[in-house]
Amino acid sequence: MASDRNPQVAGLAPFAGFNAKIPFATGPEANGDRKILPDLEEAIRRTGLKDGMTVSFHHAFREGDKVINLVVETLARMGFKDLTLAPSSLLGINAAIIPNIQSGVIRKLFTSGLRGKLGEAISNGLMDEPVTFHSHGGRVALIEQGEIEIDVAFLGVSACDPFGNANGVSGRSWCGSLGYAMVDAMYADKVVMLTEEIVPFPNNPASIRQDQVDWIVQVEEVGDPAKISVGAARATTNPRELLIAKLCAEVMEHAGYFEDGFSMQTGTGGSSTATSRFLEHRMRAKGIKAGWALGGQTGGMVDLHEKGLIGTLVDTQSFDAVAARSLQANASHMEISTQFYASPLSKGATVDRLDMVILSALEIDLNFNVNVLTGSDGVVRGAIGGHADTAAGANLSIVVGPLLRTRIPTVVEQVTTRVTPGETVGVLVTEHGIAVNPNRPDVAERLKAAGLPVKPIGDLYQRAISLSGKPEPLEFLDNVVGHVRYRDGTIIDTVRQIAP
Amino acid sequence: MRLRRSMLFVPGSSAASLSTAFVFKPDSVMFDLEDAVSLREKDAARLLVFHALQQPLYDGIERVVRINPLDTPFGHDDLQAAIRGGADTIRLPKTDTPEQVRELEAAVERIERDCGREVGSTHLMAAIESASGVVNALAIAQASPRITGIALAGFDYVMDMQTQRGDGTELFYARCAVLHAARAAKIDCYDVVFSDLDDEEGFLKEVDLIKRLGFNGKSLINPRQIELLHNAYAPTQEEMDYARRVVAAAEKAEKQGLGVIAMGGKMIDGPVVDNARRVLDRAAASGLRKE
Repeated sequence: MASDRNPQVAGLAPFAGFNAKIPFATGPEANGDRKILPDLEEAIRRTGLKDGMTVSFHHAFREGDKVINLVVETLARMGFKDLTLAPSSLLGINAAIIPNIQSGVIRKLFTSGLRGKLGEAISNGLMDEPVTFHSHGGRVALIEQGEIEIDVAFLGVSACDPFGNANGVSGRSWCGSLGYAMVDAMYADKVVMLTEEIVPFPNNPASIRQDQVDWIVQVEEVGDPAKISVGAARATTNPRELLIAKLCAEVMEHAGYFEDGFSMQTGTGGSSTATSRFLEHRMRAKGIKAGWALGGQTGGMVDLHEKGLIGTLVDTQSFDAVAARSLQANASHMEISTQFYASPLSKGATVDRLDMVILSALEIDLNFNVNVLTGSDGVVRGAIGGHADTAAGANLSIVVGPLLRTRIPTVVEQVTTRVTPGETVGVLVTEHGIAVNPNRPDVAERLKAAGLPVKPIGDLYQRAISLSGKPEPLEFLDNVVGHVRYRDGTIIDTVRQIAP
Repeated sequence: MRLRRSMLFVPGSSAASLSTAFVFKPDSVMFDLEDAVSLREKDAARLLVFHALQQPLYDGIERVVRINPLDTPFGHDDLQAAIRGGADTIRLPKTDTPEQVRELEAAVERIERDCGREVGSTHLMAAIESASGVVNALAIAQASPRITGIALAGFDYVMDMQTQRGDGTELFYARCAVLHAARAAKIDCYDVVFSDLDDEEGFLKEVDLIKRLGFNGKSLINPRQIELLHNAYAPTQEEMDYARRVVAAAEKAEKQGLGVIAMGGKMIDGPVVDNARRVLDRAAASGLRKE
């Protein structure tokens, strides 16, 4: 008898057949499609999700995302309560979850930012618990530290194979890099993949790997790629933004880091995307090529890469269809997770190797602190993104923005919400001139030597006030609606409810 | 001698544009109260322009206000606001006859006296937008000592001529006629706006043409065109070197009290020296031409 030959060793279970402990190992026929479930509800049941647990999402489809609203709606229908929602970020389209916050399906929220009606509702006191706002790197740190414990990640992809191998550049709806989702797949207890299409095994490359995926559900659509570049990322013909971009390119040329092999991240605001066009002329004129560029990749960066002016594109989020296409086609277009991108706790964050980063600002104050989260009305209408991460990591961070938006100054005495500490911000570029942080006298000297219009930031502030008048201070209630966490997990500011 | 290469149109009703336009450094800025402002915004625009005129950040840029014609309900109010606000120059639209200029001149003088502004300190500029305006160009250009320039406006003119904008043939006579009138009257002359903002090549081609004809510059509707225009008017190194030699020779002749300027054995006329000074002015403003 086999059992006679079974050695009995204390503490170890005796062998009881090849599939007794590994229920999946019942042969290829039973194995092949075992992860594929008929619908989302079934997948949610299989994950063992309970009230009070944490669910997560990626936001690579930005305003075109179809997954977050769909899953939240399904969770509500199934009667879940008190869930924590921890997407990498939320956008205007996610206003659809407001009723599910009101009804108690969602009790707690982690996000990089908020836009539109959801931001307005939260600024008006929609939630009982303050929202936690984090940077992209800071989110990974919160996960690594255990503050965000993802019970179930719901990850939308255009295509995966029957085992869950997925990337953002196969199937119909490409989002490009799956940088955010890679982190959730790595850390979540259970991973449910929502896919538009199931392609033959193996789907290569596997940005999200089969060993990370529990269940697969086919859905009609996970996202509309055409809406990825709506919102933050856009191209500009605005003369003021072009003037800022031109000045910014001149700052990049003369600040001391414009050498062969330099690295940069250019961001997605109107001015920062335009900067790449101006930079091209300067790179050609001086015979300089960038070693690599980090992002947030856009068509502008891809263009420079394909012209041989940037060696490698390091991509944690593809901001348009051109970037997604390049990720698929170009061998030196490298997909990275947001942990690889910016986590301050990881053994290597790419932001730490950056020479220059171009960043935007809703407000910047006399101490160079930057607000990218709340508008001039105090309402949350932005996102931290990689702002604080890259500003801290790069050798030089350059904030670009108009001095006034219509009649609201961007340069202020004190920012409404402190997101990125001034000590990590090097230069401010506006259409009215350039200000250099007093902690970078080396940079100020080089820019002045190049004949650039460098002024004290106080002068820019005075100019803004002379054009717009001094705005009335905002009125807030005592109720705190948001905690702004710095990338290391510390709290750097709070967001309060706006006065009615 | 004031450089008048670029005159940037800024809609008087746009607070955002009024608070920014100086950053683009046009030679002249034209706050528009006429066609760019809808009927129901006329009063608001007039008030905005009145304040923008007093903004010190426009110092160094010629402040021009395009008023509504004096026979409209807005023209005289516009003129009050422009002169009291401190406009350097009033641009009169749709100028067909010298009488219109003289009527404007009289109104300007009354307001200058009323508000205590130095009489004669407000300059005038006439925009010519019709066949009769073109035919009367010389009389218009000479109608008042306050006139510093005339500008051809293409849109209404081609309508009046029963044609449309094309390769420039349709403007050829008007350009030459208006330019000759300006030169005969010793005043400046602006060419029409180029409205296809995305056609950079077409814009530069037109700039090349009007520069060779002899225009001082162009009216512009988008700040993006300013740098392109200034660059096209900037001298090459060769032109700059020659201009320097001419000016140096002229200064030397003056110091030595000589009536005749000689350079390399050749005599140089006064107009050549004037032209050389213009070249140096343009270089001082925008550097050498970048290809």
